[in-house]
Amino acid sequence: MTLAPETTDLKIRLRLADDWFPVCDLSALLPGRGVAALLPDGRQAALFRDRAGGLYAIDNRDPFTGAAVLSRGLTGTHRGRPFVASPLLKQRFDLTTGECLDDASVRVTAYEVKAA
Amino acid sequence: MSTTASLGDRPRPTIVLVGHGMVGQRFLEALAERGLTGTHRVVVLCEEPRPAYDRVQLTSYFSGRTPEDLSMTDPAFIEAHGIELYVGDPAETVDREARTVTARSGRVVAYDTLVLATGSYPFVPPVPGKDATGCFVYRTIEDLLAIEEYARTAATGAVVGGGLLGLEAAGALKGLGLAAHIVEFAPRLMPVQVDEGGGAALLRTIEGMGLSVHTGVGTQEIVTGPDGAVTGMKLSDGSELATDLVVFSAGVRPRDQLARDCGLAVGERGGIAVDEQCRTVTDPHVFAIGECALAADGRVYGLVAPGYEQAQTAAATIASDEAAFTGADLSTKLKLLGVDVASFGDAHGTAEDCLDVVYSDSRAGLYKKLVIGRDGTLLGGILVGDAEAYGTLRAFTGSVPPVSPESLVLPAGAGAPAQLGPAALPDDAIVCSCHNVSKGTIRGAVTEHSCTTVPEVKKCTKAGTGCGSCVKVLGQLVTAELEASGVEVDKGLCGCFGRTREELYEIVLALRITSYQDLLDRYGREEARGGDGCEVCKPAVGSIIASLAPAIGASGYVLDGEQAALQDTNDHFLANLQRNGSYSVVPRIPGGEIAPEKLIVIGEIARDFGLYTKITGGQRIDMFGARVEQLPSIWARLVDAGFESGHAYGKSLRTVKSCVGQTWCRYGVQDSVRMAIDLELRYRGLRSPHKLKSAVSGCARECAEAQSKDFGVIATANGWNLYVGGNGGATPRHADLLAQDLSDAELVRLIDRFLMFYIRTAEPLERTATWLERIPGGLDHVRDVVVHDSLGICDELEALMAAHVAGYRDEWAETVNDPEKLARFVSFVNAPGTPDPLVGFVPERDQMKPDLPLLAIGRRPLEGSTQR
Ligand code: SRM
Ligand SMILES: Cc1cc2nc3c(=O)[nH]c(=O)nc-3n(C[C@H](O)[C@H](O)[C@H](O)COP(=O)(O)OP(=O)(O)OC[C@H]3O[C@@H](n4cnc5c(N)ncnc54)[C@H](O)[C@@H]3O)c2cc1C
Ligand code: SF4
Ligand code: FES
Repeated sequence: MTLAPETTDLKIRLRLADDWFPVCDLSALLPGRGVAALLPDGRQAALFRDRAGGLYAIDNRDPFTGAAVLSRGLTGTHRGRPFVASPLLKQRFDLTTGECLDDASVRVTAYEVKAA
Repeated sequence: MSTTASLGDRPRPTIVLVGHGMVGQRFLEALAERGLTGTHRVVVLCEEPRPAYDRVQLTSYFSGRTPEDLSMTDPAFIEAHGIELYVGDPAETVDREARTVTARSGRVVAYDTLVLATGSYPFVPPVPGKDATGCFVYRTIEDLLAIEEYARTAATGAVVGGGLLGLEAAGALKGLGLAAHIVEFAPRLMPVQVDEGGGAALLRTIEGMGLSVHTGVGTQEIVTGPDGAVTGMKLSDGSELATDLVVFSAGVRPRDQLARDCGLAVGERGGIAVDEQCRTVTDPHVFAIGECALAADGRVYGLVAPGYEQAQTAAATIASDEAAFTGADLSTKLKLLGVDVASFGDAHGTAEDCLDVVYSDSRAGLYKKLVIGRDGTLLGGILVGDAEAYGTLRAFTGSVPPVSPESLVLPAGAGAPAQLGPAALPDDAIVCSCHNVSKGTIRGAVTEHSCTTVPEVKKCTKAGTGCGSCVKVLGQLVTAELEASGVEVDKGLCGCFGRTREELYEIVLALRITSYQDLLDRYGREEARGGDGCEVCKPAVGSIIASLAPAIGASGYVLDGEQAALQDTNDHFLANLQRNGSYSVVPRIPGGEIAPEKLIVIGEIARDFGLYTKITGGQRIDMFGARVEQLPSIWARLVDAGFESGHAYGKSLRTVKSCVGQTWCRYGVQDSVRMAIDLELRYRGLRSPHKLKSAVSGCARECAEAQSKDFGVIATANGWNLYVGGNGGATPRHADLLAQDLSDAELVRLIDRFLMFYIRTAEPLERTATWLERIPGGLDHVRDVVVHDSLGICDELEALMAAHVAGYRDEWAETVNDPEKLARFVSFVNAPGTPDPLVGFVPERDQMKPDLPLLAIGRRPLEGSTQR
């Protein structure tokens, strides 16, 4: 993967309470693919990057099955909203809000995320 | 309807139908169409233990259609029209004075109108021994069940009669694994339909399939053993034929006994005499239709199409409408084990002054003859070996075709191929002769009744629901009509692409597009361009690019660059995701053959990593419970021991199962294990619209279950038979025979073409079974393309497969040797060594299983959740 040199040393950070928690280098995120991160309290986050460079993070746990796998789903755009489809039973989750697009009553935590 | 109301106070007139066969059922439908079921009481006496079924397709029982599939009677139809149907209760006597029918159960029904549709019975020549155990006829589902049962203990079967039905019966016996003989008194097969030349071509092809044909000899006696069961037959030339089973198929005779007993006139050679309205000549209250009737033109018709016309005529007459049955065409098309035989119109050239145009190629088993009138009118013809043009030619019969007759019989490639599409047909041409449906009616179904698919048109017009030989032309007409009327059907792949997978495949191939984003931005829907696509089109396009990789210059490794972002999680981690987030590992075990050393390696790896092991349904071994970060070390050891990816995760070739075959098995006739290994190694790694499965059996006993596979191979004494389009799973389908007695090289070449054609034209996640049923023309079309190269693309298909085979590399070997690729196999990007705490296991039966309670903690219950 090629990245512009000036972006290579950027770190991805998640907002936890009032802290920006550093997760990994921006270059570890491939457009359209996710990674999982272990948070200090033992929870897990799934981080994504879209083709335009937008960054997203939601809880990694699939609420329908209990397994921590959302970071391994396929991403896409649905009516302008970026989403990830769970690799287990394929429900889609909005990456900006954590809302399940296939079942409005379900939602996972969404994190603020930035590269700095 | 107001008439119904006014009839309410007096008893409704009664129509009694005797015989619920194909024609009887058509008659009931005709009554309903004319509203007669509302104004009449309708009683049906049905002799067989089941309501009407498709006798024409009877033989398809042996290729997997169940009696239920064959049924032509929708219980909802019977109920909705208030029809009283008595199954298993034949009519025994008719009292025409009192106008009553008495059934076997003692039921007496009074009628105003009686309709006899009792069909025919198979004629059994009065030879000694004809009633011995092991002698059968071929007419009903019960006959087939009995033959199937008896064949279990038989090795050889003989069919008496080499007509259309005899050949079907012989094909069925062969399909049951028996050595099959046909004994025909006439000097050629199918004497009624084909002439000498056609008979010769047919003979060569039928013998080439391994059936033994004895023409010009009669059956003199059925020889039986001490237990009274058949052991052979004596023939008129003095020879004796050893056989365990005999099927009589020496013609049929009208079932007119009931009519005779009540004094109705019958013909000299049988058949209930009727007039042009199908009313018996003796009694205006009684009609006769179908095979039991002697029509006004002096003939008894043994085909279903004329019977249907008679059914319509009788119903119209009862409704006081005008209708007449004055005679019908005897066109037939038969497909026996893949050989086409068709005759239509004046096939034997009986008209005065008519001329023949004949093309014959006995090497290829082809014979085509057209009978042409002085003025160029097409009068009829015979086609053997290739009846492709049957539908169109039959429809042109009686008119002067717009192209020269020679060009209609010459094979494609020899001289000018005939461009005689259905577009050239006049509107009144009969496209479906079973149901007498014209081209105009079919067009009307599309333009006026807004049918947009072949199944809808079938339902609306009945066209194509008889013998099925017109379905191809039907499909072409429907498409042409839809296109002409500018109907837009959104056949798009998903919300991102307005094109079908097939179109995208062609674009990727032609423009050598190797990037998903490029394809989306140039060929996606306006609103999706520049976006991130979706979970439907990404893997679909990923699969297209992967199957074409060598040809378009893309990387063959599915996880290179952007390709990595297109793969489902299974492909992304080259393993199958399990419910708790762990993975399973399936190394390839080609043909299911594995040496003890390798078995030990698998055992050791599973033990060392604490994996659950299970023998799969695909003849290999699955190791479950690997955490994502363990996959590289597991595979490093597997690769080291000579294993490679089994692609259990991919939409690609899974397994080629094998039976033990000739090497060990006493029945085997070919080396099925070697062939299975060869095929598995050839097609491994081939990305396709859905998974591909295969199997090779060493003889007709079929221990490898090849007929349930996408492509299945069964050994014959002379080579291999290739079956395609089989499926297990949710909607099982028996595979269809594509070609027979192939050499090793022919087999491989045909599979190459078949798979590449499927990959090119199927929808995403469409297995070969559904694909074969969906694509216009079905199996016939696929055979035309891959066997006869009708599209001229076979060279290209073969070249694409050759490129795949040459370019194959094991995905896991590449991965374990590339640190960059290994980087993705971590539990957490910020804590690569820490295992996912949600992946836990508990013991069970000496192994372990996922700790489900661990997953359930804090989980939202699944009830009410939607799964797309
Ligand atoms: C492991 C195995 C069951 C077993 O323990 O025996 C299995 C396991 C799965 N099957 Fe299967 N199938 C297995 C043999 C079969 C067979 C039998 C056979 O191949 O002879 C069939 C019926 C034959 C057929 O495919 O026509 C079969 C019909 C299916 C289907 C239904 C396909 C269909 O067309 O209806 C699915 C669902 C799908 O593919 O969409 C499926 C899907 C699956 C998946 C991939 C479901 C999933 O996505 O997780 C399972 C993955 C298991 C894993 O993680 O490894 N599996 N599956 C078998 C692996 C065989 C192998 O060595 O590769
Ligand atoms: C294997 C096979 C393949 C064929 N292939 C073709 C083909 O490709 N094309 C084609 O056009 N035709 C084909 N035919 C012929 C076709 O099946 C017949 O023309 C058609 O079934 C005739 O319909 P029918 O209703 O007149 O008779 P049948 O379908 O025979 O129905 C008559 C019914 O009446 C019942 N019956 C008889 N007596 C009584 C009674 N006293 N009381 C109550 N019920 C009674 C019988 O049990 C039977 O169920 C084939 C036939 C067979 C056996
Ligand atoms: S299919 Fe035939 S050769 Fe193969 S194991 Fe079964 S009986 Fe033997
Ligand atoms: S011609 Fe037989 S179904 Fe149409």
